[in-house]
Amino acid sequence: MDAIDLARWQFGITTVYHFLFVPITIGLSALVAGLHTAWYRTGKLKYRQLTQFWGKLFLINFAIGVVTGIVQEFQFGMNWSAYSKFVGDIFGAPLAIEGLLAFFLESTFLGLWIFGWDKLPKKMHLASIWLVAIGTQLSAYFILAANSWMQWPVGYTYNQASGRAELHDFGAVLTNKVALATFPHTIAASFLTGGAFMLGIALWHLLRGGKQRTELFRPSAKLGAITVLVAAVAVFVTGDIQGKIMTETQPMKMAAAEALYDTSRPAGFSVLTIGSLDGQREVWALTVPHGLSFLATGTWNGKVQGINDLQQAYEQRFGPGTYKPNIPVTYWTFRLMILFGALAALMALIALWYLRRRERGAPSRWLVRGAIVLPLLPLLANSFGWIFTEMGRQPWIVFGLMQTRDGVSPTVGAGSVLTSMITFTLLYAVLAVIEVVLLLRFARTVPAEPDTEAADSDQSEAAFLY
Amino acid sequence: MGLTDVWFLLIAVLWTGYLVLEGFDFGVGMLLPVVAKDAVDRQVTLRTIGPVWDGNEVWLLVAGGATFAAFPFWYASLFSGFYLALLVILVALIVRGMALEYRNKLHDAAWHRRWDLAIVIGSAVPALLWGVALANIVRGVPLNANHDFTGNFFTLLNPYALLGGLTTLVLFALHGAIFLALKTHGPVRDRARALVLPVGAAAVVLAAAFLIWTQSFDGSWITWALALLAAVCLVAGILASRAGRDGLGFLGTAATIVLAAATLFVTLYPNVLPSTTDPAFSLTTTNAASTPYTLKIMTWVAVIFTPIVLLYQGYTYWIFRKRLTRDDIPQVKVA
Repeated sequence: MDAIDLARWQFGITTVYHFLFVPITIGLSALVAGLHTAWYRTGKLKYRQLTQFWGKLFLINFAIGVVTGIVQEFQFGMNWSAYSKFVGDIFGAPLAIEGLLAFFLESTFLGLWIFGWDKLPKKMHLASIWLVAIGTQLSAYFILAANSWMQWPVGYTYNQASGRAELHDFGAVLTNKVALATFPHTIAASFLTGGAFMLGIALWHLLRGGKQRTELFRPSAKLGAITVLVAAVAVFVTGDIQGKIMTETQPMKMAAAEALYDTSRPAGFSVLTIGSLDGQREVWALTVPHGLSFLATGTWNGKVQGINDLQQAYEQRFGPGTYKPNIPVTYWTFRLMILFGALAALMALIALWYLRRRERGAPSRWLVRGAIVLPLLPLLANSFGWIFTEMGRQPWIVFGLMQTRDGVSPTVGAGSVLTSMITFTLLYAVLAVIEVVLLLRFARTVPAEPDTEAADSDQSEAAFLY
Repeated sequence: MGLTDVWFLLIAVLWTGYLVLEGFDFGVGMLLPVVAKDAVDRQVTLRTIGPVWDGNEVWLLVAGGATFAAFPFWYASLFSGFYLALLVILVALIVRGMALEYRNKLHDAAWHRRWDLAIVIGSAVPALLWGVALANIVRGVPLNANHDFTGNFFTLLNPYALLGGLTTLVLFALHGAIFLALKTHGPVRDRARALVLPVGAAAVVLAAAFLIWTQSFDGSWITWALALLAAVCLVAGILASRAGRDGLGFLGTAATIVLAAATLFVTLYPNVLPSTTDPAFSLTTTNAASTPYTLKIMTWVAVIFTPIVLLYQGYTYWIFRKRLTRDDIPQVKVA
C-alpha cells in the first residue's frame, strides 16, 4: 500500500473509533443533565443516585472521546497537508470556532461538575452539566458544517492564482443545506445511542431483581426506551429529508446506495439484492416498487439518475476518470445503517411495552439477552452511516473540487503513515479493552442505599470521584 | 498592523497560554513520584490539577485550529513536517489523559501504579518535545519552494532544538513545583518547596543558554530585553517561592514562560516557519495566511468569545482556590 491508501485507512480507523464514543457522549450528557435537574427540582435521593450512576458511565466514555478527538484535528495537517492548504481558508474556521466555543465550554464545565459537588452553589452545579451537554451539541454542529462543506461546497470562490478555494460567504457555510439536514440527523442518532446505552444496562439490572435495583433502574429503563423511540422517529424523518438533499447534491451517492445503474422513472427501492452489484449479475432481489423515487424525490414517479448516466455526465464535466464510489461498500453500509437503527428502535418498543404491562418483577430472560446487545446496535448503525457518507463521496475529498488522491501530504512517506497507523490502531485497541472493562465494572454496580440526607455533600463527592 | 499581524499575535497568545497553563500541569505530572511518597499524597498531588488540566489542554486544540484557519500553509507544512514528533506527542497526551481520568476509577494498587507511570511519562515527553518543536520553528527547517518539509525526524533533533526541549522540560518542572507549593499544605508542599532551588538553578542555566543562543538567529534590542526580563522574572520567582510567597513565585514562573515565548515569537516574526534551504522559501505571515475575509470573521469570533472563555476558566480557578491537604482526601480502601 502507498501513502494515500494508508492515510485513508488511518482516517477511517481513527474517525470511526472516535465516533463510537461521541454519540454516547452527546446523548448521555443530556440525559444525565435531565436526571440532575430532576434531583434539583424534587430533592429525591433516588435522582441523585441516578445522576451519579449514569454520570460516572458518561465520564468514562467522555474521556476516551476527548483524547481520540485530538488526533482528528492533527490528522488533517499530518496526513492531508495538500488538502489543508487547498481548503484551509474555509475548513479551518469552523474547526477553530468549534474549539473556542465548544471544547472550552465542555472541558471547563465538566471539570466544575466533577469536582464541584460540595463547592459550587447547587444552581451553578446543575448549570455546569447543562453547559457540557450544550457544548457537545455545538461541537457537533461546527464539525458537521465543516464536513458538509466537503460534501457540498458552498460560499467559496476558486482562486486560480493561489490555487485554493477561498471563502466569500461564511453564513452560507454555516447554513449549508447539507449541514442543516445532517446536524439533526446526527443529534437524533446520538440520542438514540445514549438512550439505548441506558436502556440496555437498566434492563440487565432489572433481571437481577431486588428492591433497590427495581427502584433505580425501572425509571432508567423507561427514560432510555422513550428516548430511543422519540429519537428513532426523528432519525427516520431527518434521514428522509437528508436523502432528498443527497439526491440533489450528490446524485452519485444516492445511486451507489441503491446500486442503481440505469436511470429509472419510477425507481424501486432495493431492500436486498444478492448479486455482484456491478449491474451485470443479479441472483435475487427484493424491491419495493416506486420506493426509491419517493425516497429520493418525494414523488412516487420521480426520476432517479443511475450510475452509468452520472459517470458519463461527470466525465464530460470533469474529464476522463472514474467517478463511482465503491458500490458494494456504499450499498451494504447504507442498508446496515438502517437495519441496526431499526433493530434498536424495535427492541426499545418491546422493552417499553413490557415495562408498561408489568409494573413489578423481572423481565424475561430473552429480553435481557437482547438488552446486552442493544447498546451495540446504534454504535454499528452510526459507524456504517459514517462509512457510507464518506465512502459515497469518493473519489472526491471535496465534492467536485478536489480528489482524495490529490489531498494527501506530498512529502510524508508511506513508512511514516504506516508507523502512525499501527501505533494508533494498537493504542486504540488497548484503550478499548480498558474502557470496556471499566464500563462493565461500573455498569454492574448497584448504587448503595443512602442512609440519610445528612450524609449528602462529602460522601456524594467521594462516591463520585473515587 | 494588518489582520495577518493580529493573527500572528493571537496565535502566539494561544500557544503561550497553552505553555503557561499546561506547563504547570505537565510539571505536576512529572514530579508526582518525587513529591508524593504514599497513596494519599499522590491523590493530593493529582487533585491540584484534576479540575483544570482538561481545560488547559483545550488551549492546544484551539491554537491548532486557529493556525489551520488563519495560516493554513503554516499548519500544513508544520504538521506534515513534524510528523513523527507529533505522533509521539499525541500518543503521550492520549495516554496521559486516559491516566488522569481513569486512575481513580478503580481501587487497586497495581492499577494506580501503572497509570501513575503513564502520567509521569505522558507529562515529561510533551514537555520536552514542545520545546524541541518550538525551537525548530524559530530556527527554521528545510523547506522546498512549495513550502514542504524536506528533512526527516533527525533534522529536528539538532543541538539548539534539544536545548530548547530541555529548557521547557526543566522550566515546566519548576512551574509545577511552585504550583504545588501554592496549592497544597503538608508533605507534598514541603517536598515541592525543597525542589524549587535545585530545579530553579538548572532552569536559570538552561533558559539563559537557550535564549542567548536564540539571539543569534534574529536578535534585536527587543528580544534581548524580553530575554533579560524573562531571566529577572525567573530569579524573582525562585526567590519569592523560597521566601514562602507562593503566589508571587507562581506569577514569576508564569511570567518567565510568557516572556520566553514572546522572545521566540518576536524572533520568528514576520516569518512563521523559516526555510533553511533558501530564505525565499520561508513561510511568512503574508504567504501563509488565509484571505482577509476569513481573518475578519475569525477576528470577530475571537474578540467576542475569548473574554468569555477567560472569564469562566478564571471562575474555575477561583472555585478551586483552596489549598488541598491530606484531610481533603476521602478514605478509600485500596486493594
